[in-house]
Amino acid sequence: MTATSMRLSRSPRGSRGRPATKRRREVRRNITAYGFLCGALICFAFFSWYPMIWEVVLSFQQTNFVDPPIWVGLENFVTVFQDAAFGPAWKNTVMFTVLALVFGYGVPFVIALVLNELRHARAYLRFVVYVPVMLPPAVGVLLFQWFYEPEYGLFNQVLGFFGLSGLDWLNSTDTALISLVIVSTWMNLGTGTLIYLAALQTIPGELYEAAELDGAGIFKRIWHVTIPQTKLILLVMLLLQIVATMQVFIEPFLLTGGGPENATVSVVYLMYQYAFNFGNINGGNALGVMLMIVLMVFSAIYLRVSREDKR
Amino acid sequence: MRATPERIARLTPPASIRIRRVSSMTRSGYRRTAGLLLATALGLTASACGTDEAPAGDNAKPTAEGAAAGPVSITVNCMPPKTNKAQRATFQEDLDAFQKLNPNIKIEKATDAFPCYEPRTFEAKLAGGQLETVFYVNFPNVGRLMESGQAADLTPYVGELKTFKDYNASIDIFKKDGKIYGLPTDGYGMGLVYNREVFTKAGLDPNNPPKTWADVQAAAKKIAALGPGYVGFGEYSGNNVGGWHFTASLYGRGGDVLTPDGKKAAFNTPEGQAVLENLKQMRWTDNSMGSKLYIDWPALMKAMAGGKMGMMLGAPDVLIGLRNDFQAKFENYQVTSLPEAKALFNGGAGYMINPKATPEQIKAGLKWIEYEFLTPGKGQLDYVRAKGANLTVGQPYPDLYGADTPSGQEVLKLRTENANVDPAQFALWVEGSKGIAPKAEPGPYAQEIYAILDTPMSAVLTRQDADIAKLLSDAEAKVNALLEKKG
Repeated sequence: MTATSMRLSRSPRGSRGRPATKRRREVRRNITAYGFLCGALICFAFFSWYPMIWEVVLSFQQTNFVDPPIWVGLENFVTVFQDAAFGPAWKNTVMFTVLALVFGYGVPFVIALVLNELRHARAYLRFVVYVPVMLPPAVGVLLFQWFYEPEYGLFNQVLGFFGLSGLDWLNSTDTALISLVIVSTWMNLGTGTLIYLAALQTIPGELYEAAELDGAGIFKRIWHVTIPQTKLILLVMLLLQIVATMQVFIEPFLLTGGGPENATVSVVYLMYQYAFNFGNINGGNALGVMLMIVLMVFSAIYLRVSREDKR
Repeated sequence: MRATPERIARLTPPASIRIRRVSSMTRSGYRRTAGLLLATALGLTASACGTDEAPAGDNAKPTAEGAAAGPVSITVNCMPPKTNKAQRATFQEDLDAFQKLNPNIKIEKATDAFPCYEPRTFEAKLAGGQLETVFYVNFPNVGRLMESGQAADLTPYVGELKTFKDYNASIDIFKKDGKIYGLPTDGYGMGLVYNREVFTKAGLDPNNPPKTWADVQAAAKKIAALGPGYVGFGEYSGNNVGGWHFTASLYGRGGDVLTPDGKKAAFNTPEGQAVLENLKQMRWTDNSMGSKLYIDWPALMKAMAGGKMGMMLGAPDVLIGLRNDFQAKFENYQVTSLPEAKALFNGGAGYMINPKATPEQIKAGLKWIEYEFLTPGKGQLDYVRAKGANLTVGQPYPDLYGADTPSGQEVLKLRTENANVDPAQFALWVEGSKGIAPKAEPGPYAQEIYAILDTPMSAVLTRQDADIAKLLSDAEAKVNALLEKKG
C-alpha cells in the first residue's frame, strides 16, 4: 500500500458526512474475505465452540439423554476427584509432559541445528526425519509395540547385541511411561525439526560470520546467535508442545491400556474411560473441563507471546 | 436434542459478551454480521443434533395400549457387515420375510455398523434421535443401561412372546426391580479353550485336558518348555478385560465380586487370592505365560490363533471367533469346562429397545427379536438354512432355553441334526458344565469394577514382587469407595 492510498483510506474528511457510504464501500471491498471468514467461523462453531460449550454444560448436569437433565452443581467434579485413578492420571500426564519436553523439545532442535550445518543431502535427511509424521499415528504406535516386545523385540535385541540386559519397557511400572514418551517423540520429531529448521534459516549469515571473527566456537555461536535469534519460535513451540502433550491419549490407549497398575493412565485416557466405558459422560466432561482450564492458561501465555512478537 | 429457540438461546453467549468481544475488533455493522453467523452456526449445529422424536418413521405415532395396531415403522441394528456375505444374505432374507409376514410393520433401516454395540457412539445416537428402535447390547453394559434409564421397560409386552417362558437364567441379567428391559439372544458360560496341536507337541493328551488349576499349571509349564514363542497360558491385564477375566476365574472358584446386596466388595478372599497366586506362579515361577501383556480382547485372540499358545479362558464362541475373525486352524482348537468350576461366568448379548420408542414400536421391535433370534427353526436358529449357507452349526450356543423346555429341546434337535462342525470340539465343555449355575456380571458398575481389578491382574503379570494381599485390599477399598459413592 502506498503512502498516498494509506492517507486516503484514513482521511476523515468527507467520509464523516457519509459514514454509511464508506461502510458500504468497505464491506464491498472485503466481501471475499468475509466469505472465507464465514466458512472458518461455521467450522469453528460447529466443531470447536459448540462442543466446548456443551462440555461445560454437561459437566454440571446428570443426564441420560432420555429424561430432562438435572443440574447437579459440582457433583461430577467431586466424583472424578475422588476416583482412585484421578491422582495417578494427573501425575502421569504432568510427568509425560515434562519428559516429552526434555526429549521431544530438545531433540528436534539439535537435529535441526545439525541439518542446518550440513552442506550435502540436507533435503534427503529432512525427508527422512519427516517420514514418521506421515505414518498414521496408530501404525507408528503399533510398530513400537513390536520394538518393545521384551523377548524378541528390536530394542532388547539391540541391547543384547551390546551385551546389555533387556528392559521390560511397557511391562514395567518403571519404564512404561518413558516408553510412551519415546514413541511420542519419534512420531512428532519431524514437525518440530522442520519448524526449527525454517527458523534457523532466517538467521542472517553475517551474524555467524561476525561471531566467528570474534573467535566464537560452535557452542558460543549457538548460545549467542542461534538461541537469541530463535527465542520466540522456541517459546511458541514450548507452549504448543505443552498443550499437545498434556492431551496424550493414543499411546496409552493402544500400547498399555493405562497399565501396568495405572502407570500410564492419562487424564484424557481416564476421560475416555468415563465417557465410553463407564457410561458416565458427565464425569468425562468434568475431567475435560478441568483439563481445558489448565490448557487455557498455557494457551493464554501463547497468545500473549504471539502478540508481543507482532509488536 | 431438540433445536428449540430456548436451547439455542441458552447455548448462545449473553449479548453483552458477544458485543464486547466483537466490538473490540470491528465496527457495529460487523458485530451484527458476526452475531448472525454465530447464531446460524449454533442453530445449524443444534439442528444437526437431531430431535427428541420417536426413533423411527413419521407414521410411528403413539397409540393407546390395546388399540388396534396400525402401520408402524422401526429401525434395527446389527445387520452382518458386507464382508460377511453369507450371514448378511440370510439376515436380508429374514428382513423381507418378517415384513411380508407382518405387513403393518416396516423396518425402515437395518444398520450394519460393527461392532453392533459401540459405547463411543451410543449416547450421541440416543441424544440425537438416531439410536435404532431395536439395539444390540453386550451383557457387561446391560446393567448400566437399565440403571441409567436408557432402555425401554418391556415388562407389559413380553408375555406375548411364545418362547419367553422357556428362557434359562440368562434372562435374569435383563431384570431390574421386577421389570424386564431386554431379551438375551446369545449366551454362554466360561470354559477353558486349548490348542490340541500344541498339547500333542508338548506330550499332553488333547482328549484329556486339565480338570484342576494344578493341571492347568502343569500343562502350561510343559507347553512353555517347547521353546521360544510358546506360551502355556495366556491372560488379559488391561482395558477392563483383565478385571473381566479375574471375575470369571473368581466365579469359577466359588468366589464373588460383590456381596449379595451389591453394596460391598467381596473378592478379597481366599478365592480371590488363589486366582492371583495361580497366575503369579505361572508367570514368575514357571515362566509359562510369556512376557507379552494382552491388554484387549483381540490381542489374546490373535496370540491364540497364532498357534503357539496352549490355553486361555474362553467360552465356546471363542472357537468360532478364532475361525471366522482370526483365521485360526479351527480343527486344532477345543473347549473344555472351567477347571474346578463352582459357577460359570455368564457371557453373551441381547437386544433392548430404545427408551423413546412408542408402545407400538416396542411391540413391533419385540416381534422382530422373536422372529430373528428366538424362534426355533427361524432366523439365527434356522440351522437347516445355516448349514446350506456354509455357516457353522453345532456349537453349543446360543444357550437361551432351559434344557427340558420345548424350545430348548427343539433347538438342540435342530442343531444336532444339522451340525457341520465337529461336536467333539465342544463336547467336554457341554458335559463338564452341566448343572453348574451361571452367574451374571457384577452389577451396573461392572466396567468401573473391572477397571479397578485390572490393576491386581497387571501387577501379578508384570511384577515378580507383587504383594497379592495388598493388591486385593487396595482394590477392595477402591471398589467400596465407588459403591458408596454410587449409593
